[in-house]
Amino acid sequence: MYKLLLCIRYLRTKYIALACIISVMLGVATMIVVNSVMAGFTTEMRDRLHNFLSDIVIESRSMSGVEDAKRQMAVVDEVAGEYIAAMTPTIEIPGMITFTDPYSGESYTSPVQIQGIDPVGKAKVGPLQDYLDSYNPVMEDGVVLREALRSRDEPISWNLTRSAQEHRAMIKERESLYLHDLTTDTEPEFDATTPAATNSATPEFDVTDSKAASEKAAGSENSEPTPGIIQDDFINDPIVADQNSSVKTRPLAARIFLGEGLVSFQAQNPETGKLQKVMMVEPGDDVIVSTVTAGRPPEPVRISATVVDSFRSGMNEYDTSIVLMNINELQKSRGMHLDNSITSIHIKLKSYDDAEKAIAALERAFPPGQVTIRTWEEKQGLLLSAVEVETAILNVLLFLIITVAGFGILAIFYMIVVEKTRDIGILKSLGASSNGVMSIFLSYGLGLGIVGSTAGVVIGLLFVRYINQIEDFLSWITGRKVFDEKIYYFFEIPTSVSPLMVCSVAIGAISIAVLASILPARRASRLHPVRALRFE
Amino acid sequence: MTTPLISAEAITKSYYKGQHKVPVLQGAGLKAHRGEFISVIGQSGSGKSTLLHVMGLLDSPDVGEVLLDGNRIDNLNQKARDQLRNHVFGFIFQFYHLLPELSLLENVMTPLMIRHSIWGYWKHRKEIRDAAMNMIQQVGLEHRIKHRPSELSGGEMQRGAIARALVGKPEILLADEPTGNLDASTGSGIMDLLKSLNENQQLTIVMVTHDESIAAQAHRTVRLAQGRIQTVAREDAA
Repeated sequence: MYKLLLCIRYLRTKYIALACIISVMLGVATMIVVNSVMAGFTTEMRDRLHNFLSDIVIESRSMSGVEDAKRQMAVVDEVAGEYIAAMTPTIEIPGMITFTDPYSGESYTSPVQIQGIDPVGKAKVGPLQDYLDSYNPVMEDGVVLREALRSRDEPISWNLTRSAQEHRAMIKERESLYLHDLTTDTEPEFDATTPAATNSATPEFDVTDSKAASEKAAGSENSEPTPGIIQDDFINDPIVADQNSSVKTRPLAARIFLGEGLVSFQAQNPETGKLQKVMMVEPGDDVIVSTVTAGRPPEPVRISATVVDSFRSGMNEYDTSIVLMNINELQKSRGMHLDNSITSIHIKLKSYDDAEKAIAALERAFPPGQVTIRTWEEKQGLLLSAVEVETAILNVLLFLIITVAGFGILAIFYMIVVEKTRDIGILKSLGASSNGVMSIFLSYGLGLGIVGSTAGVVIGLLFVRYINQIEDFLSWITGRKVFDEKIYYFFEIPTSVSPLMVCSVAIGAISIAVLASILPARRASRLHPVRALRFE
Repeated sequence: MTTPLISAEAITKSYYKGQHKVPVLQGAGLKAHRGEFISVIGQSGSGKSTLLHVMGLLDSPDVGEVLLDGNRIDNLNQKARDQLRNHVFGFIFQFYHLLPELSLLENVMTPLMIRHSIWGYWKHRKEIRDAAMNMIQQVGLEHRIKHRPSELSGGEMQRGAIARALVGKPEILLADEPTGNLDASTGSGIMDLLKSLNENQQLTIVMVTHDESIAAQAHRTVRLAQGRIQTVAREDAA
């Protein structure tokens, strides 16, 4: 009983022990906060990776793909249909995108991954709607800057929104005027298509392609009577160009959704001083996408395409490299349309737990060597394991912090034992055993650990709970954004608190406190009573 | 002749100061019968405190034996020695040695808390408290039970220490210069208390002092010089 009494009294009267408690508390709180934020980021990142990729991806080994999408999908459905909720055929092919920055007039080219998709099918295997700009309001600091341009009920299609159509009409009109000026200034024998290609913001190098595209677009939309004579040659006639302006504004056959990061940059607004996203390409603009045909040997192919929308998945890797294109046009351009070839099938499972079974079934159905079948985790394995390693290292480092706190406890306890030497002698003269004296200091360490961990858990959880308010406050104090949502793509700092993590951190800290008190406690228990009593 | 309650026989004890062996006791012996009040007198460094420590099992002799009721106790194991210290011996010291974090009442209760486990304490907590209160009343400190040692005067602290030494109903009280740190009048108050305890409760007291006048108040005075007993002066009860 005296052990408990003394232990509690020491806890309450030795203010130096407060230093131990605070160091344990800070260590525990830091670990909880960092782990929660890391877990939050990881979960969010996994979600985003996962959502864009779907659960399982069957990929052809060759860029020419496999023939007959319908039959391949039927095979998939037959062998693994019980697990599958939705699937969509896709063509994935590396390529390049070329666009003109309207501000500088310079032309940019970036390497991209072109994905030919059916937007309705793609939306069934992942939340494509959530990513597309036109379906989502533009927010800043909780204020809606622009309402969503499309209602959520509207299926995803390759049609332009009204504002994109207006933008396109304006661009085309400006172009035609510009061309008009240009043609009146130039020599009559000058070929009109050349200046159009080199100077216009809408490059249309491939005359035949754009002609086919216009015809196709006209046919599919059916809003205007199909003009028989849309030839670029006529563009140098201002009257013709004027008359056909509505025809020229019709989007091209190849339509794309662009990764936002490909065509935007962050710039500081000189008025507000805030970073703002500046889009170099707007929906309604035309860009050039280059890739290779599926034949052997592959031939370069250039596709002029109209930008329908931009998307933001939140994964920088995707947003700066992926171009989604209508699969039919991509097939045609690459010569894959005749046998309806595709390069991959994206599959969404009813339950992701069945992934292994589904993959096993699929692997039996497809000849080995022709396709690779992987879950999204396997496909992104390197990135995921990098994050895991990062978390593990961070945990080791943070645990070292608590260990440092442990050494602090060791030093402070040694001091307390020295200070209490005479009291230890007294207790022994009163008949206290060595073990009894030892357990006073061990339970003292335990007490410090428990109090410090509890305080640390409370503070850590409160910090995690109010992390966004704290971030706002810090931003207010320092006058600059600590956590810029535009950089990280998160509107708030994502956190995820795992009770197991909290428990193990707390228990770990308590064990370290007890371990650190073993040495001083042993020293205390071994003190010779007479020498302890004489200690001044 | 009856067996003495406690006897130390031919005790030799040396300390090491670095490499040097410093002999403290060289065959000193002391016998105390039940109800006796013995004073041990000697100069500083004569080994009187060491003799007391050896008798109270706080230290072990190099050579020699300590007998309690004729049974050897100095070679017992640690646990048995701890228990004897708790049950049979009561200590008081020159510097009182109360625990500074505890109140007077808690200090007096400490030996009984050590005696009982936590459950035993819980079961007997009322008796323990009553015993401690009773002892505090005997030493006349009932109005100061909540005070910390730092809030008590020297005489009060020593009375508290006596209460603590006696709360476990020991058979022998070992006092190491109990008045050494007190002024004369407070010291004589403490001596009066010890004498009355000796007379009323037949408590055996072995007291170490360097003050002749204090030593003279015991039944018997043993003089210690250079680690040996010099003279045994028997005093009349008067």
